[in-house]
Amino acid sequence: MQIKVTINNKLVTWDVEKDEFLADTLRSHGLLSVKKACETSCCGLCTVWLEDKPVLSCSILSLRIHGKKITTIEGVPKEAEEFARVLTAEGAEQCGFCSPGFIMNVLAMKNELVNPSEEEIIHYLTGNLCRCTGYMGQLRAVKTYLGVL
Amino acid sequence: MFTLNALVQPDNLAETYQILSDKRNNTILGGCAFLKMGSKRIGTAIDLTNLKLDYIKEQEGFIEIGAMTSLRELETHKLFNEYFNGVLPKSVHNIIGVQFRNGVTVGASVYAKYGFSDLLTALLVLDTEVELYKSGRMSLVDFLNRPKEKDILVRLWIKKTDRQATYLSLRKSASDYAVLNVAVSKLGEQWTVAVGARPSKAAIAFSASAALAQGNLSVEEIEDAAQGASEELSFGTNMRGTADYRKALCRVLVKRGIMEVLQCKLK
Amino acid sequence: MKKLEMKSVGHSIRKIDGMAIATGKPVYTEDLAMSNALVVKILRSPHAFAKIKSIDLSRAEAVEGVECILTFQDVPSERFTLAGQSYPEPSPYDRLILDQIVRYVGDEVAIIAAVDEKTAVQAMKRIKVDYEVWKPVLDFEQALGHATVVHPEEDLSCNFDIGLQKEKNIASSFIEAVGDVEEEFKRCDVVVEDVYYPQAQSHAMMESYRAYTFLDHTGRLVVVSSTQIPFHIRRQLARALQIPASKIRVMKPRIGGGFGGKQTGAVEVFTAIVTLKTGKPALIVYDRKETFTSTTSRHAMRLKVRLGADQEGLIRAIDMEVLSDTGAYGEHAATVLSCVGHYTLPLYNKTRAVRITGNAVYTNKMSAGAFRGYGATQGTFALESTVNLLAERLGMDPTEVRLKNISKEGETFLTGQGVLLGSSSLDRCIKKGKELIGWKDKFPRRASGENKVRAVGMAITMQGSGIANIGTASIEIRLNDDGNFTLLTGATDMGTGCDTILSQMAAEILEIPIENIMVNAADTDSSPYDPGSYASSTTYVAGTATVKAAEDLKKKILEQGAKLLGVALQEAELNGLAVRTLNGDREISLVKLAELTILGTGKLQLTGYATHGSAVSPPPYVAGFAEVEIDQETGKVELINYVAVVDCGTVINPNLARMQAEGGIAQGIGMALYEEVRYDDAGTMATNSFMQYKIPCRKDIGHVHVAFEESYEPTGPFGAKSIGEVVANTPPPAIAHAVYNAVGVRVNRLPITSEKVFLGIRESSKDLR
Repeated sequence: MQIKVTINNKLVTWDVEKDEFLADTLRSHGLLSVKKACETSCCGLCTVWLEDKPVLSCSILSLRIHGKKITTIEGVPKEAEEFARVLTAEGAEQCGFCSPGFIMNVLAMKNELVNPSEEEIIHYLTGNLCRCTGYMGQLRAVKTYLGVL
Repeated sequence: MFTLNALVQPDNLAETYQILSDKRNNTILGGCAFLKMGSKRIGTAIDLTNLKLDYIKEQEGFIEIGAMTSLRELETHKLFNEYFNGVLPKSVHNIIGVQFRNGVTVGASVYAKYGFSDLLTALLVLDTEVELYKSGRMSLVDFLNRPKEKDILVRLWIKKTDRQATYLSLRKSASDYAVLNVAVSKLGEQWTVAVGARPSKAAIAFSASAALAQGNLSVEEIEDAAQGASEELSFGTNMRGTADYRKALCRVLVKRGIMEVLQCKLK
Repeated sequence: MKKLEMKSVGHSIRKIDGMAIATGKPVYTEDLAMSNALVVKILRSPHAFAKIKSIDLSRAEAVEGVECILTFQDVPSERFTLAGQSYPEPSPYDRLILDQIVRYVGDEVAIIAAVDEKTAVQAMKRIKVDYEVWKPVLDFEQALGHATVVHPEEDLSCNFDIGLQKEKNIASSFIEAVGDVEEEFKRCDVVVEDVYYPQAQSHAMMESYRAYTFLDHTGRLVVVSSTQIPFHIRRQLARALQIPASKIRVMKPRIGGGFGGKQTGAVEVFTAIVTLKTGKPALIVYDRKETFTSTTSRHAMRLKVRLGADQEGLIRAIDMEVLSDTGAYGEHAATVLSCVGHYTLPLYNKTRAVRITGNAVYTNKMSAGAFRGYGATQGTFALESTVNLLAERLGMDPTEVRLKNISKEGETFLTGQGVLLGSSSLDRCIKKGKELIGWKDKFPRRASGENKVRAVGMAITMQGSGIANIGTASIEIRLNDDGNFTLLTGATDMGTGCDTILSQMAAEILEIPIENIMVNAADTDSSPYDPGSYASSTTYVAGTATVKAAEDLKKKILEQGAKLLGVALQEAELNGLAVRTLNGDREISLVKLAELTILGTGKLQLTGYATHGSAVSPPPYVAGFAEVEIDQETGKVELINYVAVVDCGTVINPNLARMQAEGGIAQGIGMALYEEVRYDDAGTMATNSFMQYKIPCRKDIGHVHVAFEESYEPTGPFGAKSIGEVVANTPPPAIAHAVYNAVGVRVNRLPITSEKVFLGIRESSKDLR
């Protein structure tokens, strides 16, 4: 079946299977930043934006995004790089597998929250699991990036 | 892996209901997280996106919540942070993460009657009604007691009152299912105590609630009511806890819930 | 070289791959696989112990798009091990690619290769297997001598004696004793003892196991894998497939975490055999469920520890009895078991006698394997909890007991065979940690609001740096024709940043900016030999090889430069990317030197090369301090603060070292409070998803504070030791200690759940009545 979607600001027509999920569709079209790390919607690594809201692409049927707008990290290179510079200056990307999904959620948080407290930052980002860093370095990077003390 | 034959996005309820009733394996899609984990064979999957049920409206005497409202919208909406001491946002606050809550709908959460549901427990202590397309409007309690019957959950109605409410839970990891969750509310003399994730779904402790209405609410009476709730409801054992522990937790959390509500200021 | 003067080493340099992986560039295994690769899926046993009577593939093979289906009848019959250990491995050769006997729920039964995943799964559903189901042995405390023998086969072998007695389900036995413990205990004023059950833990690395294979232009098998051990994989595949190792090339791209899980060859052999049989590329990607259920976990153990001390608090005797659950296969059974003692007993050297005995037993559950800490984690939990018990019995501050008893720099210990500790700042770590957590004010406990109590606890730990006399790494550094450098290493960066660390060391010696070094790593065709990143080896062993290789190259550059400048060697020095005369009147840039030397008339490829293996494994140390708040009515344990003070010798890259520490502590916190591998009564793993197996999320870890107390290890590169594993060990005993101090409940079975604490509080309040 065909869907017409705006992917990273480009309108495309894609063929998808009826039972295909967005994460697989995005990867099969070369958007390899989108990672799959669980089957139970628990880890947050597949985070992309649906109409600028962070969602789990592993749990969205591709048919349902017909006519909608999707953004992956490939679609926001400047903003992603800006935060990635801060993250890597902290050493907090480590294996990097959770980083793209994490960055997408951080950028979404920046757009949604005004002057978040540390507690609010931690709450917003809870859905992004990480096994390498122990989360402290990620928090330092986010606070530096947002100018939070 | 689940399968589906077709996906439709009807723009009116009548057509939606007609397709739903057409075949036994036609199903309404919720957030798809659980769908993905199962091996359901779906005939026609019905996406409610075009029914424009994604809204929260303040009406005369009620707050109306469309079934396609996401848990995140519920969590952040001004109205729910103002009313009932923010009990609804509190109840969904710890569910997995923001991305997950952006994708999961109120309608699906309520319709599925999940045992682990945090939202159901909180809704039960408010004056909540469910509106189904075919069977009409009914109290949430009645809806939870009904046997499974195909229908469309269209919206929720929550009566606007000065009801004070609180929600508590105990979890192992902060984003895990609750070992037990509790909600308590009070309107005038009337109290409602609900306990969920028992691990079975939320239920009201009617005797305990009634006992609270009678008494002077001394510390002893509060403890008795909490004890009563733990005895009146049933608990089970699973990977997250034993029945015995859940029962003990019920006593503690209900007691705390009652005390928290007593401390709430009237708006 | 004084730290302050160093330009690369000691600096928090960004990882060379950081930006690419953070922004999602396609540099991981699955991203690189060719799009037409066959998809490989595995049919797995639903039984914990069974023999395959027959397999009917007819309906499955008929599915269009199925390329091949392999069963136990299609694989070589030479048993092998998948252990990432140096050859000859101290591991039983107890595996076949596919075996007629299946030994745990999830064990491989058939390999299906098809054009895409859907087809492979469809075919898999149509395979009919007839099993003769046998009674499994699931409880490791019942396994020794159980009627069920997990490995009844006769062709199981071992390279040397590790105490294997397969008829009794013993994969390995271990005993080490110095002095007479029983005699010493008789002389002790205080003897304490307890039994501990650290649980099996899943690695839960974010990138699951995956590999792809293909035949290259010379017909060789190329394997690209998310692995920690390329050279070991090559050897494993050679044996398993019965082809020469020279016909195999293994490469590691960027990988998404390992933590020891990828130190066992979980998946490569499946795509490899498919590629060999079909001639086609093949790709396998384990999903999260397979990663949980069909790879490896930490060894669950039972440890009994007995400690004897005199009235002054000097520990005179330690006796440990260990039972380790190695599951269905014995890859790391022997070595993990031996590390329980190796990385705990040396902590305390006032002992007059020590003894450790142990068995690792087979059970019909998923295999246990390497996991960060590798026996030290379990041993630390047991020993440190017992030292804390001793401190209480003596009425002494637990930190004082440590300070009195720990081995110090320049000293040896009973099992040390006379080798002196080259470096230790553990005493400073303990004192610093006390200060940072606020021990004086907080020990043991304070009330903290209604029904809440806060308390602190502590523990110390050690590990090794590489494997003495066995771990060997080689490094090659080449000056290229353009004046830049290539560092070739077999070390496997799994996100830890060792590619960067090794570059920093080379850059320091060669006096060049790190941007002038390219790292070429983890390709068995071109990399010098390296065992891979495990056993906390890379910084210490590969790092020293890097220093030696860089110095070798530096000497050659100076010799060449002196020659070109027409001066004696003693009159030339490296200065600012050039070779210069000492008086500064003449110089030749490295770029020009390279051009003249490597091209044309020079005819001399300048390469520095070194191999290093150490006779010692200098221990890094951590002092860990936990502050918890316990709800006395529900038993809920909240971790408020965690302080860890680390002695890893010289810190090569402070950010990356801090990240290792914070990450390891989080895994330790998970082991202490949240994680548990659980099976049902039939041996099926219940914790097979992130929904059921809860690694800590960012709300679960409290505030973690890491500090470093540098020592200087004379045998280490720039004075460095290791940090990779030691950081995971202190949370379980420190948190358990804090819980005990808070509410008087000793939880010896991990994880410490609120229910266990609640039950403990209830029990002790019953006792008070």
